[in-house]
Amino acid sequence: MGGILASMIDGLLVGAVYGLAAMGLSLIWGVMDVINLTHGSMIALGMFFMYLLYSAMAINAYYLLLPVIAAGLVLGVVVYWMAVHWVVGRSQLMSLLSTFAVNMMVIGIGTALWSTSPYNVNFSLPGITVGKYTFPGNSIAAAISAVVIALALDLFLKRTRFGKAIRAVSDNRDAAELMGISSTAVLTGAFAIGIALAIASGALVSTLFPFTILTGAVYQLKSFVVTVLAGLGKPAGALVAGVLLGLLEGLVTPFIAISWIPLIEFGLFVLVLVVFPRGIFARANA
Amino acid sequence: VIVRRPVLYLILITAALFIYIPLRTSNVILREDLILIAVSIILASNLNLMIGYTGYVNFGHIVFYGLGGYVGLYLATVRHWPLVMAAVVAGFAVSLFALLLGLGILRLRGAYFALATIGILQAVQSFVANFDPWGRSTGMYLSFEVYEPLGGAMRALWTTYYLIIGVMALSLILSLGIKVSKFGLGLFAIREDEDAAIVLGVNTTVYKAIIYSVSAFLPAMAGTFMFYKNGMIDPSIAFEFIASLEGIVMLMLGGKGTVVGAALGGGLYEKLRSYLLTSPRLSNFHLVIAGGLLLLVVLFAPGGLIGWVYRLVPRSRKVIE
Repeated sequence: MGGILASMIDGLLVGAVYGLAAMGLSLIWGVMDVINLTHGSMIALGMFFMYLLYSAMAINAYYLLLPVIAAGLVLGVVVYWMAVHWVVGRSQLMSLLSTFAVNMMVIGIGTALWSTSPYNVNFSLPGITVGKYTFPGNSIAAAISAVVIALALDLFLKRTRFGKAIRAVSDNRDAAELMGISSTAVLTGAFAIGIALAIASGALVSTLFPFTILTGAVYQLKSFVVTVLAGLGKPAGALVAGVLLGLLEGLVTPFIAISWIPLIEFGLFVLVLVVFPRGIFARANA
Repeated sequence: VIVRRPVLYLILITAALFIYIPLRTSNVILREDLILIAVSIILASNLNLMIGYTGYVNFGHIVFYGLGGYVGLYLATVRHWPLVMAAVVAGFAVSLFALLLGLGILRLRGAYFALATIGILQAVQSFVANFDPWGRSTGMYLSFEVYEPLGGAMRALWTTYYLIIGVMALSLILSLGIKVSKFGLGLFAIREDEDAAIVLGVNTTVYKAIIYSVSAFLPAMAGTFMFYKNGMIDPSIAFEFIASLEGIVMLMLGGKGTVVGAALGGGLYEKLRSYLLTSPRLSNFHLVIAGGLLLLVVLFAPGGLIGWVYRLVPRSRKVIE
């Protein structure tokens, strides 16, 4: 019994990181109706950014999140102008394919640079021991970082002028433009933030598990599941849904082999989508 | 009617040349090149039924090829069925699987469906990697005795080659047949405006599920023949995500929605890929180049090569389809 509880707490901690990844996807989706298929490769890049920075500096890995996020913002602007700006508002087929093309290029470059062999960030914080179970310090620190970043995003979206503009464009782009909001600036900004969130979550995952350039795909699938659970364009809901998915994983891992998890997640994804074809709370009270 | 379409004869002539030239010259290297091109054409033209005709992106198209390979190999080698029968049954089995899956996930509109197809690929792969009768993650290896009914391994290579060319010709004829049919018109209506199609009385969920299932049949047969020829199958080869992506690149490159475009893109991309993979300096970057190519096509020439020909010679629309 205690074992299951401990496994669920582990899952909950990791789940906060899933939630953070999904927030990035959800934000982009909500603001510009683009499914960002570079998501998985950006998560993978986040892992390698963290790895490179930590190898160079060897300070507390969680301080390195700041430069990683900054790099993510810059990268987000680059990807937006490379592949997204031209297809916003065109058929969804085009944005799916163009973001996908960038995904292939990033994976291709990553494979050439780092091959597909596993890497890990060799940093660990002391864990917390309760009874006979020890919760790794890294999981706790990653979960706290994820929650802090999520709260910061929420504050940004609610309190700053630019954040309000993002929410306005997300609600109704035409009306926002009539109010004098430059939608190009907002779209660029929202896309950059979305990518930075994906990169930050990748950096957090890299402190927990070993990774390869292809690992991003696994977290991309989780992000899809979390995003549809939470409803589109609801970044705050994504964090909660991420924690739920983590809990669920924690609940099932003591009983079944880890390699079954994609099947379960996919089943959940389809179930949610078929029962709620437009997302659970999509636009109900946006 | 289909027999009046010039493209039909183009398809038959191409298939005949594919068979005649390697046979006449007994050129085994050429045969191996052509079989890869043929498989690319099979995958691209069946994917075209979804992406080009119906406007639904299927990121997991390779699932049909891999599952067909597994079912077919299992029937042909463990159950000792004749190869062609095993392939046909594999085709039907995978189509049925696609139909059932399609009735569920094709309620999803556009982008949601695309996400689901990425999930299907990972889910099927994780299922097969845990499935005991199919050798879990080590897969299945064939012994040489398997090829005896076909007159030994050497003869079997030629036989599977003809079979693959046959499947290629069928794929292209199927694409053409659907394009000129009323059913095809319903699919185009879904692609242009799904809500309008519903209003006009197209049962879109059924149409989409049928085309999803149809697009599974021939790739599954091709999977049986190819993995039988290669003598082994495992989950990472059968369900390679990159292969699924390359199918999309081929289709966009040639021109989605056209029979000739899918075939042309399949053939050209396969040539490009084998060039890149064998070049020592570029082999690491073949994915980067493929991605860059896809991005350029999507941004600047969404009609692909055939779209470019259409713009250059507008009359060609009537002949090349």
